[in-house]
Amino acid sequence: MIEIRNVSLSLRGSAILHDITAGLPQTGITALIGPNGAGKSSLLHLCAGLLRPSGGVIAVDGGDVTRMAHRDRARRIAVLTQAQALGSRLTVGDLVGFGRWPHHLGRPREADRQVVAEALALFDLETLSGRQVETLSGGQKARAFTAMAWAQSTPWLLLDEPLAALDPRFARDLMARLHAMSQTGPQARGVVIVVHDLNAAALWADHVVALRDGRLFADGPAAEVLTPATLGALFDTAFGTVDTPRGRLVYPA
Amino acid sequence: MAERRLLLLGLVLLAASAAFLLWNLRGPVGFILTLRATKLAALLLVGLAVGVATVLFQTVAQNRLLTPGIVGFDALFVTLQTGLVLGLGGLGLAQLPALGRFAMEVLLLVLAAQALFGLLLRKGADDVIRMILTGVILGVMLRGVAGLMQRLLDPSEFSVVQQAVFASFGAVDRGLLLIAAGLLAMAMLAALRMASELDVAGLGRVPARTLGLDHDRVVRRSLALVSALVAVSTALVGPVTFLGLIAASLAHALMQTHRHAVLLPAAGLLGALFLVTGQFLFERVLGLQSTLAVLIEFFGGLLFLALILSRRRQ
Repeated sequence: MIEIRNVSLSLRGSAILHDITAGLPQTGITALIGPNGAGKSSLLHLCAGLLRPSGGVIAVDGGDVTRMAHRDRARRIAVLTQAQALGSRLTVGDLVGFGRWPHHLGRPREADRQVVAEALALFDLETLSGRQVETLSGGQKARAFTAMAWAQSTPWLLLDEPLAALDPRFARDLMARLHAMSQTGPQARGVVIVVHDLNAAALWADHVVALRDGRLFADGPAAEVLTPATLGALFDTAFGTVDTPRGRLVYPA
Repeated sequence: MAERRLLLLGLVLLAASAAFLLWNLRGPVGFILTLRATKLAALLLVGLAVGVATVLFQTVAQNRLLTPGIVGFDALFVTLQTGLVLGLGGLGLAQLPALGRFAMEVLLLVLAAQALFGLLLRKGADDVIRMILTGVILGVMLRGVAGLMQRLLDPSEFSVVQQAVFASFGAVDRGLLLIAAGLLAMAMLAALRMASELDVAGLGRVPARTLGLDHDRVVRRSLALVSALVAVSTALVGPVTFLGLIAASLAHALMQTHRHAVLLPAAGLLGALFLVTGQFLFERVLGLQSTLAVLIEFFGGLLFLALILSRRRQ
């Protein structure tokens, strides 16, 4: 459980988040939605311990995320940020291998290599593993960075717009995989994603947290939040729904 | 793969060192050998230190073209030397005991370098352009200050400054060399022990932090080591940071790896190799007709250009 209690955030004098309180359950996918500039990414960064709240507390599995030792945090929370720039020239295999660093601190063991091989297979990167990351397309790069976060094998996986650069097939595959890994079981991981594709949220998310202007707008099971009424007020535009064999989809009317 | 190339590099350096020691050995063998061995030790030590320091600096600065020299360290050294001569007088400076002068210079340089790098890179390098500009402008300003102070010196004192601000391996004090060797070895070992953390820091600040690296601490430590390495080697022989750019770029190009456990020693060995071969050519082939700095910048520059151009073709 990630508990967000009265969290606010100001960056360089401008207020980004105001007094947010919400709980992100360990089981299932939580989708963070909202208009541009609502503070979704900031909230995700706060949950990952990459930013420090100006007020309030974020507790991950009971521990204050800002007080965790750096290494413990990296073994509990993996995060995919939007900025996927690298300082060094790396192959895809090396990049995904860095996901294991919090576990081996520079001395990879056989188990680490196995997880990396699994990650490469899972994200369809095996044929690319010898390529330089900087020569990849945007979508391939996104998959490589997601695979790195996955290889961290953490109980929590936080992804900031993981779908933005993916084609429909990889986007669906990723959501299906996240959904499968977030369900109950010994390997279950809590998954939190920032998405703009409301239908990806409608089809795969269990829980939705909606932000607007840095404030909590709605918080609840996906079916209760993704209604034309709530979405209309959240995005200032009318929404309709349509039932398909895969489930109920929403569209801006 | 990379390890084998590293080994090869070590062997080449060994051969170059042997040639430096034994080439054309005539006359009082014992005396000449001691002289050459002292010089060789200084060359190796300074080459290693500058190579390692530059890789460290480039990794935390997230930029492959920066060196401590480019962001103003050499200008700092020149200003400091000129200031010392102006303040104490050429004679006063000459009367200082060698160890005292060395210790004072190292201390001042470490402090100044810490201030300089801290100013430029306090939070990692999120704004490289701003950092380079600040460094270059600071360098120009320091050179201006040094130039003004040099105008105030009389010619004999000016020649003292001139001697101090060009790298020279000719007359290195053996006692100082020993102390410098101890300091540099400690700093280089500390850098090697951080190799794995530097690999992660090389990814950039955000990815490094998501992997649980205390990035700010690694930057602080690396800059402290860079300060120590360049301060000690500069106080020992004069400014040689120009060497670092060549050593670090070549290390990256030859080793083709992100692993600092390989990159750091490779850059160090290359730095040492450049100095030893440069000094060898300078003494034995050119008959002391130039300065080592000119030689290394000439050949290093050619090599650097070749590297950049060949990379563009790929």
